[in-house]
Amino acid sequence: MSLRPDVLLAFFCMALATYAARAGGYAVLRLWRPPRFVEAMLTHMPGCIFVSFILPSVAAGGPWHVLAASVAVVMMVFTRMLTASLLAGVAALWIMLG
Amino acid sequence: MSASSPVTFTWAGFYDGLRLVLPLLPSFAPFGMVVGVLSAGEGLSLLEAGLMSAMVFAGTSQLVALGAWGSPVPILAVTLAVFVINMRMAPMSAALAPWFNGLRGWRLWASLFTVTDHSFALSVNEMRRGKRDAALLLGLGVPSWLSWVAMVCLGHVLAGVVTLRPGHPLLFAGLATMCALLVTLWRGRGDILPWGVAGAAGLTVQAVGLGQPWPVLAGALIGSAAGAWRDRSRA
Repeated sequence: MSLRPDVLLAFFCMALATYAARAGGYAVLRLWRPPRFVEAMLTHMPGCIFVSFILPSVAAGGPWHVLAASVAVVMMVFTRMLTASLLAGVAALWIMLG
Repeated sequence: MSASSPVTFTWAGFYDGLRLVLPLLPSFAPFGMVVGVLSAGEGLSLLEAGLMSAMVFAGTSQLVALGAWGSPVPILAVTLAVFVINMRMAPMSAALAPWFNGLRGWRLWASLFTVTDHSFALSVNEMRRGKRDAALLLGLGVPSWLSWVAMVCLGHVLAGVVTLRPGHPLLFAGLATMCALLVTLWRGRGDILPWGVAGAAGLTVQAVGLGQPWPVLAGALIGSAAGAWRDRSRA
């Protein structure tokens, strides 16, 4: 069970960078009272983050990934069951990739 | 978002978080195991693989960092890569500000550490429903963190036995989870414009050859700006 100093230093830097990214958005708001336009943006932020993360990733996977993602979305719209929907998406991709 | 009622921090809120996140944990197992297998492949010890996951707690960025790993470790390169990938979390903590504003000290520092893609979607939904108990974040975060570290360690131990290569359908579980969570974020027709603009911006940025996090940062900013602009011209 080794723990090398250069590896540990790398972990510290990675952890610090990640925490800075996590806390950074909130820290900025704490220091600076945002204009109303920015406040309105924040209410739209959650959906927009997810859409613009998912779409490019799924599109990069090709048409089968797009179809499997659609299966997960449709399943969620109709059943509202998270676990069933993600399983349906994975199963669809597995079947299509053979 | 009502700023009227004060933010609380109770065990009831913590248990609500547990209830929401427990059914989701299995969907992150394949991803954690892949990170464990890869870290074994890069020569990390079990202790090192577990420590990295406990300290960083951000799967995609760990995957990318391992891709740039070497001996000696290119510290600057992996740190920059991790920061860039995780920049998408900054707007998440900003959107959760109404809860963070009610927290001080260790509660604030620890809750900020729990911000991840899935815990963000789950908690922002509860916030929109008017919940004011910020301990929900730790209820989501603690089991996620424990299972993430456990799954990476399991992958490290099983490296060589299991072959879960990149591209395996099981790895789609993470994206499929985000697709299902996206459905829960839908508030009605008013979301069509900002979501459409966000998706188009993300695809465009990727099409010109920029990888994550640039598509998500561009999409989040341009899409939500489109929504805010539309709201203002309506009012």
